[in-house]
Amino acid sequence: MQSGIFHASYQKDMAFRHTPAQFIRLGLVLAFALIFPFLANNYYLTLANQIGVAAIGAIGLNLLTGFTGQISLGQGAFMAVGAYSSGLMAARLGLPWFVTIPLACLITAMVGALFGVPSLRLKGLYLAIATLAAQQIIEWLITHWDALTGGVEALVVPAPTLFGSAINTDFRFYWIILICLIGTTLFASNLLRSKVGRAFVAIRDQDIAAEVMGVNLFRYKLTAFAVSSFFVGLSGALTAHYRTIISWERFTLETSILFLAMIIIGGLGSISGSIYGAAFMTLLPAILSNLGRGLEDFVPAMARLIPFLQQAAFGLVIILFLIFEPEGIAKLWRDVKDYFRLWPFSY
Amino acid sequence: MIQLAVEEVTLQFGGVVALRDVNLQVEQGAIHAIIGPNGAGKTSLLNCISRLYHPTQGRIFFEGRDLTTFHPHKIAELGIARSFQNIELFRGMTVLDNLMLGRHVHLRSGVLSGGFYWGKSQREEIAHRAIVEDIIDFLEIEAIRKKTVGTLAYGLQKRVELGRALALEPRLLLLDEPMAGMNVEEKEDMARFILDINEERGITVALIEHDMGVVMDISDEVTVLDFGQIIGQGTPEEVRSDPNVISAYLGEQEVTFRPI
Ligand SMILES: Nc1ncnc2c1ncn2[C@@H]1O[C@H](COP(=O)(O)OP(=O)(O)O)[C@@H](O)[C@H]1O
Ligand SMILES: [Mg+2]
Repeated sequence: MQSGIFHASYQKDMAFRHTPAQFIRLGLVLAFALIFPFLANNYYLTLANQIGVAAIGAIGLNLLTGFTGQISLGQGAFMAVGAYSSGLMAARLGLPWFVTIPLACLITAMVGALFGVPSLRLKGLYLAIATLAAQQIIEWLITHWDALTGGVEALVVPAPTLFGSAINTDFRFYWIILICLIGTTLFASNLLRSKVGRAFVAIRDQDIAAEVMGVNLFRYKLTAFAVSSFFVGLSGALTAHYRTIISWERFTLETSILFLAMIIIGGLGSISGSIYGAAFMTLLPAILSNLGRGLEDFVPAMARLIPFLQQAAFGLVIILFLIFEPEGIAKLWRDVKDYFRLWPFSY
Repeated sequence: MIQLAVEEVTLQFGGVVALRDVNLQVEQGAIHAIIGPNGAGKTSLLNCISRLYHPTQGRIFFEGRDLTTFHPHKIAELGIARSFQNIELFRGMTVLDNLMLGRHVHLRSGVLSGGFYWGKSQREEIAHRAIVEDIIDFLEIEAIRKKTVGTLAYGLQKRVELGRALALEPRLLLLDEPMAGMNVEEKEDMARFILDINEERGITVALIEHDMGVVMDISDEVTVLDFGQIIGQGTPEEVRSDPNVISAYLGEQEVTFRPI
């Protein structure tokens, strides 16, 4: 039984993982991620890819909302900026995806920082409304700036190619998404244990004290918007190249709210929680519609009811989480681990 | 040498005059107490120094520089740290992270070096962690260093807040009622820490405190505020026998000149 975790050096003490159990768990997760695509059929691969793309976007949003405390309703629009930037550069300029995706992330970071300017003066709900304006403005630009975006018409994005072969199957795209997700996770986790990340959390917890301790609020809030939007842009850009056909309808206010739900259910201010939340919110509708189809044989009216039931179940799950586990799946998982860390002396 | 000079500071909120023509000089290396009844304007004075409030009139000089020309976040860089009357810690962060945030102005890493945690950023974290650990040892809070601040008892939170301010390595430390709400034992500990900070680290301390026993024991200089005006100033002995001060305190229940 462990009574605590002690370390000989600060370097070891500051590492992410400490105990053999933690390393084993990490190894198992990685091994699973590597083996999974060889065992899964296309349906599960699609789900996995959707989860991966959503997780990157959720980590981005969590950096801003969960860690820095700046509520954003502009997630959908920022994903659109990433998706359209990368998609247009690839489709119109013929640039390769490994150039357009990083550029799209940078563009989204700049757009995000721009729309983060009101955060200096606005907090909470007021800021949420300002980011809602960002959502509407960007949506309007996409649907009305026909010459650039093609307006309400769908944009066809070429599938990425690597060494001459197209990455046009779920199996192949899986690896791109996996690498991006691992990169995003590592970068965000590192950032959060260094100067910039601490300043983010300090702003969330007590902005005036942070300022008194020397944190330039304006600069760090804009940085939070930029870094967050960078990864949200990545999520959008990956969506574009993965789907190969996108339209503005994929990036509406509903998307923004879906992502907020992901990080609330997964755990505000938790990187792993962002991933759990993305998985949960992607799998829930899939499970519900499978269930619905299964019931269709017995209850013919099911086909009509499925969409409504999905919405209702979504809402119900969010409410249940808010009531019973406001800290999300990440907290649930921590409790389970704590239980087994002390097991069998867990009283 | 005068380290902090408050000159003719007036602060108004609409019709309320929180401070009127306040002149105050804090000697380098001193422990300078600011006392006065509730609503006298003590916190407002500290807020003017921290640049959270902007004086309606007057100027404030720290080591010869006019603070009223600086942004609030620049005050920390100049070497001024503070604690708050109602603890303002980063509740979701650990004790360690709260203190590490105190090192903010001394750290150099940015988004990229932090995100990749390459050599420079990692070395920096470790070096500054050592400084923070010194402060943790000094304040005897080793046992709670990994605890989330929001879960700690009030007295400990006060101590952590002092630690966060110390982590800045300030030359001037402003403490707003560091002992409020503490029991006698906790107050004694806090008084000892303040004395040690002043003597061993050579940090000037300006503190607001209601417990007259403590004030008389540890301070070199006392300023008395009442209704936004200074009504007495001097050594503890001088202030104690000042008729103006005594009459301002007549009828005050919570503040008595009873030595501990
Ligand atoms: N932000 C503010 N807005 C309006 N009035 C304020 C504000 N801050 C302080 N005051 C007023 O200034 C006076 C002095 O308050 P304060 O400095 O908190 O007193 P003290 O710390 O001595 O108890 C009080 O009358 C208080 O109501
Ligand atoms: Mg006060």
